[in-house]
This record gives sequence, structure tokens and C-alpha cells, in this order.
Amino acid sequence: MSQSETKKKAEAAVEKKAAFGSDIDLGKYGKARQDLEKVSDLAELKQEDQETLLKVGVVPSQEGRSGSFVLMDNTMVHSSQLGSGVEVMSVLKALKVHDWLEQYSWKAVSPDADKYTARAFLEEADGYFIHALPGQKVVMPVQTCLMLKSKGSAQTVHNIIIVEEGAELEVITGCSTSKHVDAALHLGISEFYLKKNAKLTFTMVHNWSETIGVRPRTMIIMDEGATFINNYVALRPVKSIQTYPTFKMEGKNGVCVFNTVAIAHPGSEMDMGSRVLMNAPGCRAEITSRTITTGGVVIARGQMVGAASGVKGHLECKGLILSDKGIQIAIPELEARVPDVEMTHEAAVGKIAQDQVEYLMSRGLTEDEAVGIIVKGFLDVGIRGLPPQLAAEIEQTLEQVNLAKM
Amino acid sequence: MLEIEDLSVEVGGKEVLHDVNLSVMAGYTNVLFGPNGSGKSTLLMTIMGFSGYKITKGRILFNDEDITNVPVSDRAKKGIGLMMQRPPNLVGVKLGNLVKVMSHDQKDPQVLAKDLDLTSFLQRDVNVGFSGGEIKRSELMQLEAQNPCLVMLDEPESGVDMVSIQKVGHKIHDLIHGTSCAGKRGQTGKAALVITHTGQILDYVEADRGYVMCKGTIACMGNPRELLHEIRSKGYDECISCKLKRKKAEPISVTEA
Repeated sequence: MSQSETKKKAEAAVEKKAAFGSDIDLGKYGKARQDLEKVSDLAELKQEDQETLLKVGVVPSQEGRSGSFVLMDNTMVHSSQLGSGVEVMSVLKALKVHDWLEQYSWKAVSPDADKYTARAFLEEADGYFIHALPGQKVVMPVQTCLMLKSKGSAQTVHNIIIVEEGAELEVITGCSTSKHVDAALHLGISEFYLKKNAKLTFTMVHNWSETIGVRPRTMIIMDEGATFINNYVALRPVKSIQTYPTFKMEGKNGVCVFNTVAIAHPGSEMDMGSRVLMNAPGCRAEITSRTITTGGVVIARGQMVGAASGVKGHLECKGLILSDKGIQIAIPELEARVPDVEMTHEAAVGKIAQDQVEYLMSRGLTEDEAVGIIVKGFLDVGIRGLPPQLAAEIEQTLEQVNLAKM
Repeated sequence: MLEIEDLSVEVGGKEVLHDVNLSVMAGYTNVLFGPNGSGKSTLLMTIMGFSGYKITKGRILFNDEDITNVPVSDRAKKGIGLMMQRPPNLVGVKLGNLVKVMSHDQKDPQVLAKDLDLTSFLQRDVNVGFSGGEIKRSELMQLEAQNPCLVMLDEPESGVDMVSIQKVGHKIHDLIHGTSCAGKRGQTGKAALVITHTGQILDYVEADRGYVMCKGTIACMGNPRELLHEIRSKGYDECISCKLKRKKAEPISVTEA
């Protein structure tokens, strides 16, 4: 399809509602700024911005990182590459540098999928391009941050990650809102490609705020023997998130692990999940979600499709309700298209088991302490295996949230 | 230390305990016998204060204070501790962390775990995938960290293998007889109420008095070893007829030492 034809399709989709999530009137959100000041060193950023980065696992000193990429509104303010075996740059620059990238750009995600993808496409959104070279084991993670800086605007992002054959890469990405920014929107398109025997560990932390709308659109295409481990953490308030990344496992013996940990605060609406299409023999997938509502709405989706022999999958959605006003909806779906598959699911929503609370109280803990320790344990299952620094940050966030008091 | 007076308890709308009278004095270890389903565990759960065990009549006194309506955690803080038969799984809560939290960092989990061969369990989720014997050891370790004045044990020997029983037995001995209880420094004065079917635990603790529960009430009481012998040779029927003879089991009135 030619560029102009694609553009036409995208233009035709600017009003197209998404399949899930409340509809957002994009007309209310202006184009995000492309003229913010760039920095060659993250340590030159304002103290406030550096703190925002730290909270989502992005280290301004870049210590222990192979590269960094920071997008504020629609301005790439920083991009650097420290380690070897990996390329880090903006997608728009990469498209100029690498002719071949055209065949990956907007190929996994369709520009006309819905109004959000259409807007990002038509704005020629920029984002990170991270490329792990063949056979390279990138020792330290690459970090990226997508930050909202201006009120009333829609940040549009287009990211591409390619992990070449036999390469290993870890990415930590934090999406955040700068202080005092309200009524803004984040539309993030991500296209990830994992080649034969490639491995990607992708950890995403969302720290939005009460008035922010978020509509990520993510597609992951995996070849034979590829492994994708995804951790998604969203513990802060948000107005509305709807995300449903899709994994297409096209090569045999692929492995996909997707963990979600989220808290829906009063006023938050979180429609989250992931979809795994196991299209080749021997693929395995594990989707785990641990969600809490303290007054908001959580919809935990999960879909697994087994379309080849010998695939195995397990889907687990567990939700706690810690407030009378919260709502938990678990929607696990399993679809087998051939007989020789093994897929299971486990969903449970409800309040904390009283017998567990009383058991701890019988050891001298107060009711609040007991609830706190159980809730932390509940969430911990979803974030095992996170980088220690990030795990500590999450621990701290949980302390601040003070779950026991809710 | 513990006085139970005319206690009746409902579970799920059905009366399970009827007019139970029982006492445990400081420094004493009392044993509770009785067939399955006679209400022994229900009694311990009620003393601990768990919801779902509704007291319809009578009261519970602990150190002369009426604790009938006191919340679970306050009973624990006052010095009551329970080794449960079937404690719930705590997914995501590490055993080592729990021991640290409950002892307010006063006890080193590593040290406690070593004696009970639980070192490798400190990083595991509490009770998840534990065998029967492992649960007993984990419960015992938690009680050690808690160091209650009134130690209640629900079948401490069941599921424990032949080798571990020695360790478990000696630990229980130390727990009951060895150290002073929390809040009562320099004064041992602990008490224990132990449920047992086999009597194996009597090899390790000095039991003072035995009670037999039948159909939700105390059928008789006496020397624990004699009672055990009776039950072994004649079954529980004898105890029930004994109840008929005595009509009502009164708590033995002895002034606290």
C-alpha cells in the first residue's frame, strides 16, 4: 500500500471509535509541543523532571543503563546510546538512517485501527527506536520516558523495538505526567518485533494523574523461540486507561509472560489486559494480573488463542475490592482452534479473605497491618523479577498509598 | 489465667458448643481430648476470637478480664497464642517477613528457623504448599516469635514425621515451660491448652489436667494420662457415661499459684 493510500485510510478513521474503553473526544486536545528544550545530559533537566523520571525507574545519571530516550510532549528532548550492541534513537531519525525500517513502521499496528492510531499516524508521531543487534546480549537495560508537560494537549508517540536474532534486551519505560499538568492525553503506538531466539524483557511503569487519558496501542510480533517478558505497573491515579497489547506468536516454541499490577483509585477507570495469539506449535504463554480497586473501576481482560498443536497457556486475573465503591470486572477468554492445546484460566474478584486477616491478627498484628501485608503480598506476585531498584520504588509507592487505610 | 464459663457457641447458625466450663491456671498445661467433631478446635478458635464463632452464652476470662468481645489482635497482644490446625495460605507473604513483622524486629527469623529446619521456608509464601508437618513447624516458629502467655496447640503432633517430632516436642516444651511470657518478665507463669488424639505430645510436656469433649461439651476431666489410658482401652463411650454420672462438669476450684 502506498503512503498516500495509507494516509487516506487513516484520515477515514479519525472518528473511528475503539473497540474498548470510553470514547475520548480528540477535538478537545490540541497538538502537543514539539519545541521543548533538548538536553544532552539528563542531569541537566530540571530537578522536578529528574524526580519524575526516577519515580518510573528512569535514572537521570544513566548509571547502569545502556541508553536513554526521553520524549516530553511531542519533543524528543534526549536520546543517547551508551552500551554496545544496541541502537537507541528517535523513530523519525531511524527511518532516515535505515531504509529497511519502512517495512516495520506502522506494519504491526494499522494506522486506521481506531481514531487514536489515526491521530498518531497523521501527526507523524515520533518515539523511541531501540534496536538490539543480532546475537548481542545487551547487558544493561535501555531506559525511556514519555512525559506529558502541557495542559490540554494530546501526546502522540510511535515506538519501534526490534530485537534481532539471538539478541537479548531489557527495556525499562516510564510514562508520566509532569506536576500541575491536567486534562492531557497520551496516545502511544508501539510495535515490537522479536526475531528468532530473541529475548526482550520489557517493564513499563505508568505514573499518570487524575485527569489524564491514556490509549496505548501495542502489537508484538514474535518469531521462533523468542521470549517476551512484560511487566506492567500502574499504581497511581489516572482518569482513564484502555490498553490491550496483542502478541502474535508466529514461530514455534515462543514464550510470552505478561504480568500486570494495578491500583484503581477513586475516579480511575482502567481497562487493561493482553491478548496472545499462539499461532505456532509449542508456544507457551502466561498472563497474570493482580489488580486492586480503592474506589475506581478495573476491567482485567485476557485472551488466549491456541491455533497450533502443543501450545500451552495459563491466564490468571485476580482482583481485590478494598472499597464499597470500587468495581472489578475480570474477563478471561480462552479460544482453542485445534484439539491439541492446553489452556487454563483462573479468575477471582472480591474482598480480602477474612480468615487471612484474622490469622495475622491472631499473631498480634492490627487489622490495618494485616490488610496491608496481605495486599502487598497479593501485588507482589505480579511483580516478581523486576529490577531491584524499581521494586524498591514500587515498595515505596505502596507505602505512600497506604493500602491499609482504605 | 483462663476461665471459660457456661460458654455456648454457634457456627453457621448451628450451636456447636454447649455450656462449656473449663479453666487453665498459670503454670499449668491442660489437655483436651475428644472424638473428631466434638468441638475441640471450635473451642480454641473461639478463645482466640475468630469471627464465625458466635458466642451465644457465657463468657471468657483471661487474667480476670472479660475478653468475650475483645478483638483477635488485642487477645494476641494480651498474651494468647494459637497453633492452628489448618491455617490459611498467605500468597505473596514471606514466612521470614511475617516473623519479623510480628516480633517487631525483635526476633531473628534465621535463628528461629534453624532449630526447626525451616531456613529454606523463610523465603516461601506462608503455608502455601506446606505439608502437614511443615505447617506445624511454621506455626510453632510463629508462636515462638510471639511468645504468648497462654499457648493453645491444636494437634501439634499430627502430620509431623518421626524425626521431627523430637524437635517439635522439645520446642513446645521450651515454649511452655522454658521461657517467661511476654509482658511478664522474670516470671514464667505460662499456661497451655493442648488438643491431642495420640497423646504423643505428653512425652514432651508436663500435662496437669485433662478434659474430654463430647458433642460440644466437656464430658469429664481428670488426670490426663489416666484419661488417655481410659480412652485407648475403652474408647470415648466411657467418658460419655461418666458425664451421665457427673451431670455437670464444674471447674475444679484451685487458687492460682
